[in-house]
Amino acid sequence: MTDLTRRDVIKAGVGAAALAAGSSLVLPESAFGQQAPAWNNQPEKGAKLRVLRWKRFVQGDEDKWNENTKKFTEQTGIQVRVDSESWEDVRPKAAVAANVGAGPDIIIGTHDDPHQYPDKLVDITDLAEYFDKKYGWYDVCKAYGRRGNRWIGLPMGAAGNCLVYRMSHVKAAGFDTFPRDTDGFLKLCQAMKAKGTPAGFALGHATGDANSWCHWLIWAFGGKLVDEKNNVVINSPETIAALEYGKKLYETFAPGTLSWLDPNNNKAFLDGQVSITNNGISIYYAAKNSTDPNIKAMADDINHVSMPVGPIGKPTELNLMFQAFIFKYSKYPKAAKEYLRFMWEKEQYWPWQQASIGYVTQPFKAYEENPLWKSDPKNIPYRDAVKVMLPSGYAGTLGYASAAAMADFIVVDMVAEAVSGSQTPKAAAERAQQRALRYYKV
Amino acid sequence: MSVSVSTVRTPARTSRFERINDNRAFLSWLFMLPAALLLLVFLTYPLGLGVWLGMTDTKIGRAGEFVGFENYISLFRDGVFWLSVFNTMLYTVVASVVKFALGLWLALLLNKHIPFKAFIRAIVLLPFIVPTVLSAIAFWWIYDSQFGIISWTLQRMGLIDRYIDFLGEPNLARASVIIANIWRGIPFVAISLLAGLQTIPQSLYEAATIDGGSPWQQFRHITLPLLSPIIAVVMTFSVLFTFTDFQLIYVLTRGGPLNATHLMATLSFQRAIPGGQLAEGAAIANAMIPFLLAAILFSYFGLQRRRWQQGGRD
Repeated sequence: MTDLTRRDVIKAGVGAAALAAGSSLVLPESAFGQQAPAWNNQPEKGAKLRVLRWKRFVQGDEDKWNENTKKFTEQTGIQVRVDSESWEDVRPKAAVAANVGAGPDIIIGTHDDPHQYPDKLVDITDLAEYFDKKYGWYDVCKAYGRRGNRWIGLPMGAAGNCLVYRMSHVKAAGFDTFPRDTDGFLKLCQAMKAKGTPAGFALGHATGDANSWCHWLIWAFGGKLVDEKNNVVINSPETIAALEYGKKLYETFAPGTLSWLDPNNNKAFLDGQVSITNNGISIYYAAKNSTDPNIKAMADDINHVSMPVGPIGKPTELNLMFQAFIFKYSKYPKAAKEYLRFMWEKEQYWPWQQASIGYVTQPFKAYEENPLWKSDPKNIPYRDAVKVMLPSGYAGTLGYASAAAMADFIVVDMVAEAVSGSQTPKAAAERAQQRALRYYKV
Repeated sequence: MSVSVSTVRTPARTSRFERINDNRAFLSWLFMLPAALLLLVFLTYPLGLGVWLGMTDTKIGRAGEFVGFENYISLFRDGVFWLSVFNTMLYTVVASVVKFALGLWLALLLNKHIPFKAFIRAIVLLPFIVPTVLSAIAFWWIYDSQFGIISWTLQRMGLIDRYIDFLGEPNLARASVIIANIWRGIPFVAISLLAGLQTIPQSLYEAATIDGGSPWQQFRHITLPLLSPIIAVVMTFSVLFTFTDFQLIYVLTRGGPLNATHLMATLSFQRAIPGGQLAEGAAIANAMIPFLLAAILFSYFGLQRRRWQQGGRD
C-alpha cells in the first residue's frame, strides 16, 4: 500500500508538471490500457473556488480530501475553500444556492439533487465523457448524472450499504455461510432471534438507513414506486408480497426499531444488542479504531455481505449516491471543472478512497482495481455497491417527484405501517399509492 | 416737524429644518420609520412571499406559476397533512395547558419566602437557557429504545422486562415529545408569572386576611384577576412557541414513527426543503396562520376581558 501511494504521488507529480507548464491538454494513460481521451480545459485566470461538501463519516476522508485540494492549489494556483456540512444539511443549502443564484461554486450533494434544478447547473458533459472513456462509468452513474443527453452531475460514488453481521452469531445460529437469497436470510434471522442475537433495521425517519433497506425490500420482490413512464405502481401484488415478507422479518428484530434514526443501529450493534443490520463500513471502522478493548475485539467478529437477492433474481440495492455539480452563477466554471477532474482522477481518488477505508464506493469500473479492496477481505462487499445498485427514483426518472417522494418517506412509512401491524400490507400499499400520486401527478 | 421712523421688528424667518423639526406629526413618522422598515423587510415581505408561494407551484430551483388554491386543495386530500394538523393541535393544547398549570404552581412557590430564593430562581431557568437542540439530544438518549435511562432504571427495579420504546409507539411517542416540550417551556411561564405576582400589592392580601379570606379565596379573587393580563401575554407567547415548535421534533423523531409526531412546522420543512416542493411547504406554513390567529385572539382578547377577570360570565 505504501509503495502504491508513493507511485501515485510520483504520477501526480507528472500531472502537476504538465499543468505547471501551462498546458491544458492532459493525456494520461487510460486505466483500460488504451490511450486516454484528450482533456482540454483552460481555467479562468485568478480563479477562486468555494466547495461545499458533506461532512466526513471517517476522519481519513476529510484529511486526504483537503490534502488533495492543497495539491490542486499548488499545481494550478487556484485557491479552493472547502466547507462541509452534515450530509442532510447540504440539500437545503444547495436549494438556497439554486434559488438565490449565489453560493458555493461546487456542491457535492446526494441522490437526485442536481435533477431538482437542472437549469441552474453547468453542463459538464465533456468532463463526464472524458471520464467515461478513461475509466468507464457504472450504468447507474449515468442515470444519476445525466439529464437527457446532458450531464449535470458528476457522480462521486456511493456510501455502500451492506449487511453488517457478527460471524460468531451467524455460526451459532447454525449457518456456516451467509445466505444469499431472501428466503435463506429470513431463516437466518429467525434462527438468530431464537438464539437471542436479533437483527435490527431502522424503521423511523432515518434518511439513509431506513430508505436503503426499505427500498431494497420492495425492489427485491419486484415492487416499485413508479414504472419506467413514472406511473405510480406501488400498490401491486409484488409490493404486498414484499410487505408480507417484511412482517416476518420484523418479528426477528430487536425491539424499538420503529423509532430508529440513522445513528441507532450503529449504537445498538456496537453495544452487542443486534447482530445484523444494514450500514456503511463505518461500524467496522468504529470498532477497529475503538479505544475500548471489547469493541476493538468485536471488529474481528464483524463481517459484511451484500443485501440478499429476492425473487426477482438480481441485486436491488439502494445506496446513498454522492454527486458534484457546478452552478451557472459561478464565475469560474472552467476552474471548477478542473478541480473536479483533478479530484476524480485515479492519482487523487484512490488514496482518498483508501484514507476513507472505502466508505465511498467508486463510480468507475476501473477503480475496482484500487488495492483498498484487496487490503482487507471484509471490504469486498462494499466494492460492488455502485455496480449492483439501482437509482433512487427506480424505475422512473430522477427529478422533482423522485426527490419529493423519498424525502416524504413514502416507502419507509409504508413498510413501517405494514410490518408493525399498524396497517395491513394491502392498506399500507394503497396509502403509499395515494401519497405518491400527489407527487407524480404531472 | 420731525418725523420719527420706527422700525417694526419682524419675527426672524425660521428655517425649513427648524419648522420640520417642530412638526410633531413629521417627527413621529420619522421615529417610527426604522421600526416600520424593519417590520416591512423582515416580517411583511417574508409573510407576503410565503402567502404568494403557497399559491404557486414553485419548486426548488424553478420559479412557479400562479395556481390559486391548488396546493390547499391537494393538502385537503392528504392524510399526512391532516395527521400533522391533529398532532399540532394535540401537542399545543396539552403542552400549553400543562405548562400553564405547572408554571403557575412553580411561580406561586417561588413567590414565597424560601431559603436560597435567588439561586433556586436561577436554577429554574436552566431548561429554558440550554439550547433546544442540546436538550432534545438529551431527551433522545433518555427515550432511547436500547439505552434509555428510564427503561434501564425500571428494569433494574424489576418493574419491566423489556425496554420501553418511547419514540417507537405512536401514542407513546406523542406523549414523549409533549413531555420534552413541557420540560423546556415551564421556566418561561413560571418566571414570567413570578414577575407578575410580584407586582400585586401585598396590602390586598393583608386586607383579605383581615376580612377572613381563605388562601383559595385570595388566589381566586386577588391573584388570578390581577395576574390575568400577564397570563394573557405569557400564554399567547407560549402557545405560539409550542404551535411552531420544530427543533425538538426534528431531533427526536423527524416526525416518525409513522408520522405520529409530525407537526405542521416539521412537515412544512420536510416537503419544502428536502422534498423540493417549496410551494407546498409554504402552503402548509400558511395553513398554520388561521390557527395561530385564533390562538392569539383567544388569549389576548379573551383573557383580558374584564368580566372574566372578575369572575363573571358574558
